[in-house]
Amino acid sequence: MTLAIRSSNLVKTYRAKPPVEAVRGIDLEVEEGECFGVLGPNGAGKTTTIEILEGLLPATSGDVEILGLRWNRDAMAIREQIGISLQETRLADKVSVLETLTLFRSFYRDGIDPEAVMRSVSLEEKSRAWVKKLSGGQKQRLAVATALVGDPKLLFLDEPTTGLDPSSRRQLWDIIAGFREQGRTVLLTTHYMEEAERLCDRVAILDGGKVIALGTPPQLIAGLGAEHIVEFAIDSGVSDPPLAEHWNDLPAVTGSTYEDGSYRLSVSHPHLVIPALIDRLEGSGLRMASLTTRHASLDDVFVSLTGRQLEEPEGDHE
Amino acid sequence: MSEATPARLADRQHPLIALVNARLREFIREPAAIFWVYGFPLLMMVALGVAFRDRPVDQFTVVVQKGAGVEKLVDALQPDERFRVELYDQAESRRRLRTGKTDLVIVAQDGGSGGYDFYFDPTRPGSSLARSMANDVLQRAAGRDDVVASRIHETSEPGGRYIDFLVPGLLGMGLMGGGLWGLGFAIVDMRLRKLLKRYVATPMKRSHFLAALGISRLVFTIPEILVLLAFAHFFFGVVNHGSYLALGVLVVLGAFCFTGIGLLVGSRAETLETASGLMNLVMLPMWILSGIFFSVDRFPEAIQPIIMALPLTPVIDSMRQVMLEGVSLSALGMEIAIVAAWGAITFVLALRWFRWT
Repeated sequence: MTLAIRSSNLVKTYRAKPPVEAVRGIDLEVEEGECFGVLGPNGAGKTTTIEILEGLLPATSGDVEILGLRWNRDAMAIREQIGISLQETRLADKVSVLETLTLFRSFYRDGIDPEAVMRSVSLEEKSRAWVKKLSGGQKQRLAVATALVGDPKLLFLDEPTTGLDPSSRRQLWDIIAGFREQGRTVLLTTHYMEEAERLCDRVAILDGGKVIALGTPPQLIAGLGAEHIVEFAIDSGVSDPPLAEHWNDLPAVTGSTYEDGSYRLSVSHPHLVIPALIDRLEGSGLRMASLTTRHASLDDVFVSLTGRQLEEPEGDHE
Repeated sequence: MSEATPARLADRQHPLIALVNARLREFIREPAAIFWVYGFPLLMMVALGVAFRDRPVDQFTVVVQKGAGVEKLVDALQPDERFRVELYDQAESRRRLRTGKTDLVIVAQDGGSGGYDFYFDPTRPGSSLARSMANDVLQRAAGRDDVVASRIHETSEPGGRYIDFLVPGLLGMGLMGGGLWGLGFAIVDMRLRKLLKRYVATPMKRSHFLAALGISRLVFTIPEILVLLAFAHFFFGVVNHGSYLALGVLVVLGAFCFTGIGLLVGSRAETLETASGLMNLVMLPMWILSGIFFSVDRFPEAIQPIIMALPLTPVIDSMRQVMLEGVSLSALGMEIAIVAAWGAITFVLALRWFRWT
């Protein structure tokens, strides 16, 4: 198996008082042809990690190999073979879509015709439109197109869909999936668990500058010991709601949390839990206000590992 | 390009050309930038050209202090169109002289038989001139004869006027402003947008990027200079007494020098405020000291070496020598060396210190 990315014991400490340990020993191995997700909340060290891998930020210590090459010896050879979309780049405002892609194409020895790339991200109708006239989703597609125009073997995408509406997000997923289907490698960071589940073959969950879980999304979810989640709320007006642990002895329950008036139970077999739960509530004189059951997600994995939510409320990031 | 273009091996522009193209496009699509680069020096030329157009000093205000026997004095001065004669008492006439409302105060002693006292301010050119002219008129009225015959020939040749002096100064100012505002701001803006970081994430050569900035600057400069020269020629009759080749060489050299300085100013700054402060810090001394609007000879001898070491001074000085006196490049070795050194040193430092990410 050939590795597209290999990093070992990556450390990045920013000089400050006190020093900020953004990355604290990260080992990653990304195989060729894989879509690898780096998942974590803001401040987990995702961007620092990806920028070290992209050769834009020197690591404090540790070792990086990209496509079998090293940044200190073969920087230009690596640059020719990778495509990058930074978390936040505002491309020149008064240059058109096609002009932007033509410019980026000129930097690469081998690459794709700018018009073909433009079609592949569905921007052909905006060919002559200035960048500043594009919507957020179109700008992000253009940013990804500037990464694709060099015909890369390996694509780095730092939070490619943050702040986009659901349909723009889905359009980008299709573009990324299309690239991956050509047998090429993608490394992306995200704090949307749904994005990671949809796109990624494997996921590393980062928290506090360390990898706290690594595996395929189904593996990570299976690690919860229960693949279903039962969420319910009891009537408000109960002055003294029971603790989360109150429900742990119900059949098939493997864990429980309580947050914002609602209980979340990790459950292996929902059909065993729900009748028992209803009996328990009636016996205690409590009324159920809502009940949902769903498959467990990476978000639940994160909650069970850290006790915190992965996704922050909308509009509250950075 | 057609649909049939192969996906790979597509035509690729040379990155330097592509970068220059992108800069030029951005520039011409920015109306405000065009105004500041092209419109501002023109407005300046019109305003200063009109305000300081050379014209004969039309009239002096002369105050005659009230008193006995002043009628004869007033009668002698009044017919001469060059004087506007006013009568005030002692206190008021002195006050008018002190506040600059009059150029000269004349007091007649003993009804004129005791002679005249002149009160004037020798530091004001108009004041001295008024005294000597009034004295002249009064002496003749009293019966003095000129002992030597003199004839006058008036002249106002292009070349010696204020506007002729001003135009090379404005050319230099344009080169400086273009290099600093045009480059410094553009670079900091690209840094803020993380566009510089995005560029260095590609195989783009950094030297191509910086060279493209310099080349595009030069391309903007040529029309800027031509517009200024043409305007000065058609509206004020300003002509170049030297060779256009020499002037062209000096313009290119000046543009190169301020490109280096602009790159250096923009090489580290991370906010537009920092960049703007740095640019003002760099430009303000040269605005005042380098002889854009008036000759550097007006500053004290002690600071002349500092003034001559500023890059704008030799840029303007050499262009002025070419345009006004027709001096050839070979006689401008010192000026050229100073300007070239500024350009080369700042360029190298900018390359070393440039902050890409």
